[in-house]
Amino acid sequence: MKRKKTIFKKNDNLLGYMLLAPWLLGFLVMWFIPMMVSVYYSFTDFNMLKTPSFVGISNYVRAFTKDDTFKQALKVTFKYVLLVVPLRLAFALFVANLLNKKHIALGLYRTLYYVPSIIGGSVAVSIVWKQVFGNSGVVMSLLSLFGYEQKTSLLGNPKTALFIIVLMGVWQFGSSMLIFLSALKQIPTSLYEAAHVDGAGKLKIFWKITIPMLTPTIFFNLILQIINGFRMFTESYVITEGGPVNSTLSYVYYMYQRAFNYFDMGYSCALAWILVAIIAVFTVVLFQTQKFWVYYAGEE
Amino acid sequence: MTMNKTKRQINSILFHIGACALGFLMIYPLLWLVVSSFKSNRTMFTNTYSLVVEEPAILENYMSGFEGIAGIPFSRFMLNSVIVTVIGTVGAVFTSLLAAYAFSRIKFKGSGFWFSCVMITMMIPAQVMVVPQYIILKKLSLIDTYFAMIVPWFFGGAFFIFLLVQFFKGIPRELDEAAYIDGCSKLQILFYILVPVVKPAIINAAIFAFYWIWQDFFQPLIFMSTTSKFTIPLALNMFTDPTTYNNYGGLFAMSVVSLLPVLIFFIIFQRYLVDGIAMDGIKG
Repeated sequence: MKRKKTIFKKNDNLLGYMLLAPWLLGFLVMWFIPMMVSVYYSFTDFNMLKTPSFVGISNYVRAFTKDDTFKQALKVTFKYVLLVVPLRLAFALFVANLLNKKHIALGLYRTLYYVPSIIGGSVAVSIVWKQVFGNSGVVMSLLSLFGYEQKTSLLGNPKTALFIIVLMGVWQFGSSMLIFLSALKQIPTSLYEAAHVDGAGKLKIFWKITIPMLTPTIFFNLILQIINGFRMFTESYVITEGGPVNSTLSYVYYMYQRAFNYFDMGYSCALAWILVAIIAVFTVVLFQTQKFWVYYAGEE
Repeated sequence: MTMNKTKRQINSILFHIGACALGFLMIYPLLWLVVSSFKSNRTMFTNTYSLVVEEPAILENYMSGFEGIAGIPFSRFMLNSVIVTVIGTVGAVFTSLLAAYAFSRIKFKGSGFWFSCVMITMMIPAQVMVVPQYIILKKLSLIDTYFAMIVPWFFGGAFFIFLLVQFFKGIPRELDEAAYIDGCSKLQILFYILVPVVKPAIINAAIFAFYWIWQDFFQPLIFMSTTSKFTIPLALNMFTDPTTYNNYGGLFAMSVVSLLPVLIFFIIFQRYLVDGIAMDGIKG
């Protein structure tokens, strides 16, 4: 009995830090130091060649007052996140709910719907998207089959291009669907039986039992997906190169352009911290709203 | 009773029709890519939507794709990708495993603080760190080396640490106790007792690491400049530049090749992936 206590209760700092060392080293070298460096550069004018000169907060001021492309990138990214996250989660929930019944071949459907999620981030899929929705692509050829000859493709039109990229995000709803599916399976059947006995209809049961029981999962996914959405890059870069007329220029892509096309390193670092601030605000606000809509079972 | 039964049957048929239609839409882009990689360049963009190959040019497309670009054969890009992915995956999983074991089973000063650091790195997009990382690597003359592509992955494992900690938590501590009484050291407990038990989680983490590194575009795009050191995503990106390359057959063929390992791994390890997502509740 005595021994039992010693193995977990006693501090073992040496072993703890030995095990943590590889990660810790990486954290310091690849995160902490770059973070500090980046904060410093964000207050400087730096182009890799000359030594950085301190300019105070003027990089931050520049972004909000002088830089229209920054505003455009911000607008595009907000639009993207606000469209793709709710749509993807809603669709994932809808399909998960349909698959949460007894049918044959469910495993097959689940697998099929999940495939886009695992390949979605690749350059190959972005290439496919470009060809499917671009000039002389699948959509245009289908439209002309029905007699609608189009001059510009959906990707060539600044009004629709971003929606095609949103569509690609929604197409990858599979992983959220799997998470919802497993959360659905954990809802105790007794709840449904009780509601059924009380004469509640299907829709009512869905809104009053399924949704509240899923709110912790929805909440968690919402946060992860928002962070994910803000870092959209490959789609913007490979499919449209941010165009037409910057209508699909994502925030991260603009950061990249500033840093590596214009060697505007200081400014790019400032942009990075503005992004971190935006994500932090989203996360904090969401956490604050939690008590109004997220229901944790076992907590009264 | 029979009314009910027919109704249920109709519902079931409707469900399967809907599910199949959605399945087709989901998989169509992939099918289209594979079929297009079989079509000749001449017929590729007439009736683009069609999944019928009218003029097959399979050998031609794949041979021309493997010839590569800028005088570098595609197999070179594949080799680069394999090197980066294999070492990166092993490194990511190993450092995460050690850290997760420390966080969940060893009591040490500051463990709470460091764990919150892990969570914070999960919240901050890696893209934010890329410019300063680039500057530091440049100063160390490590830009445009395999090192720059591989080593960051060793430490980018916040997600895996979190996942493995969740798994370790689910293993009864009596297992450790028993081994300890039998004379195992804490390291032996990890490798002989716990690793076999958390094997599904380790495989799960390894597959996700493999996917992310194999498909990663952002980091190599910034860190690499010599074409012969490019990974597959960078090579494919070069293929899409119409001023240097306009062989769509080759482009599509190599796109298929780039997705093949991902899909093969998916088929083999499907069970681990789907169960893993169900367990940790987060995705990659």
